[in-house]
Amino acid sequence: MKVWPIFKKEMLLYFSSPVAYAVITLFLLIVGYFFYLYFVSFTLMSMQAAMNPGLARDLNVTDGIVRPLFANIVSIIVLFMMPMLTMRLFAEERKSGTIELLLTYPVRDGAVLIAKYLAALALYAIMLALTLLYPVTIAYFARLEWGPLFSGYLGLLLMGGAFLAVGLLASSLTENQIVAAFATFVVLLIFWVIGWSADYTGGLAGRVLSHLSLVDHFESFSKGVIDSRDVIYYVDFMVLALCLTRRSLEARRWKG
Amino acid sequence: MIEVQSLTKHYGTIAAIHDVSFSVKRGEIVGFLGPNGAGKTTTMRILAGFMPATQGTATVAGYDVFTQSLEVRRRIGYLPENVPLYPEMRVASYLDFVAEVKGVGRAERRRRVAEVMDRCLIADVQHRPIGKLSKGYRQRVGLAQAIVSDPEVLILDEPTIGLDPKQIAEIRALIKSLAGQHTVILSTHILPEVSMLCQGVIIINKGAVVAQGPIDRLVEQVFPRARVQLQLAAPPDAVPAEIRRIPGVLSVERQAVSDGVGTYVVEAPRDRDVRSELFQLAADQKWRLLELRRIGMTLEEVFIRIVAGEEASE
Repeated sequence: MKVWPIFKKEMLLYFSSPVAYAVITLFLLIVGYFFYLYFVSFTLMSMQAAMNPGLARDLNVTDGIVRPLFANIVSIIVLFMMPMLTMRLFAEERKSGTIELLLTYPVRDGAVLIAKYLAALALYAIMLALTLLYPVTIAYFARLEWGPLFSGYLGLLLMGGAFLAVGLLASSLTENQIVAAFATFVVLLIFWVIGWSADYTGGLAGRVLSHLSLVDHFESFSKGVIDSRDVIYYVDFMVLALCLTRRSLEARRWKG
Repeated sequence: MIEVQSLTKHYGTIAAIHDVSFSVKRGEIVGFLGPNGAGKTTTMRILAGFMPATQGTATVAGYDVFTQSLEVRRRIGYLPENVPLYPEMRVASYLDFVAEVKGVGRAERRRRVAEVMDRCLIADVQHRPIGKLSKGYRQRVGLAQAIVSDPEVLILDEPTIGLDPKQIAEIRALIKSLAGQHTVILSTHILPEVSMLCQGVIIINKGAVVAQGPIDRLVEQVFPRARVQLQLAAPPDAVPAEIRRIPGVLSVERQAVSDGVGTYVVEAPRDRDVRSELFQLAADQKWRLLELRRIGMTLEEVFIRIVAGEEASE
């Protein structure tokens, strides 16, 4: 498998265009802003708690800062940002014609696909790793539970990984990067909001809808629970999207 | 080295190529000719393993391009027509990437990349981003990526397009130097280029092969007689009869007369060169000879004749 050289090439291309820098900067700015808001409000609450010991018992940084930050903020920003990381991957190669050379090198389509996917995932992992600065800041002032933090990051990585796979599929279907990004966003948004109707549907249909929802599976991760059902859901999502991408590449070959 | 048998490719209901068959021997440089839209690029894309054919088979180095695609792709270097490269990458690191993807080992890669940059005359721009290069340099980077893994077979779609005359000469010399160890199939619009570089040609028109073989033989087939055109300032009625007396002359045709200057076409067997006798005749008769040249011997005329003949017969 010739994954490594193509992976390196994709990373090089990410960092030789402004897209990667822009996405990372924007991501850190927004997350940093909300971290600041949660941090300040937590500080106010702890000052009140100093006068009210009953309140202080339920107060901890994991529930007060880290969990709402991950579940309410970071997950949504990831939803917006992932399409920007993947839109280029196949659409640009197709538009500029470089796909013709790439697909005539002695590399299987599957290896090309995996290399591109891993490059996007690596960039995303870098983005997440940079946000570690915020929890580390908290840990300086307060006792932080590392378990839920770890599971939260794992959940973000899995969820983002599923997003990236969908983005890769969309990118393989069009020559237009904007179309690829928009299609990815629409598909992800549908899977995001599908769970909202679950509460009103009830019964089996409600459970199915809730199970399909991308965001419902993230909740337990942010609480510090690593449930195999959630892991399998995201992995399934990824594998399915990547298999469809492979088919789409193959179909493109036949169409010429 | 390359065997193509009744290859057919449909795009929807349109047949881009139909029942194309040809073969190229090891170490040969073959020119692939045809008007625009004849199916050259389609055929080359199938050979390079970019897309499968609708029907028919093609083998490169003994491997089927469809069922053993990876084996074929390991043995070819391909230069597509529009030379698609990554504009953000720098020349040297791009070539290193291609060499690595094509399985050139780490130790050898450095040497190979340096070598092809020298051969393709791009060493001076090796640290520049490809997007900032001129068309001529990009073309040569494209050629460099095709030969960087030292493949047995090269498939070059219009390798000299967009180059200036000096660069064309350099690239031609480079391609010529590849003959022997490499089998090359190249498409081009420049017919003199084919005569210069190639031993054989394949002429394709409207998706079908209309002629193939060594250039000399094709010329012979299309123009079985040697033809000489001459311009004489002489009494037009006397000239044909005098020329016919020269041994070996098969026919004389007067094409035009203006201001006392006549244009004549003389035909003789292929192995007979009557030009010196024509000159002698003109001197003896005190005719003023304005022009004397062989015609219908170049590939260009063969190509026009074959392709135009196709059109006329429809």
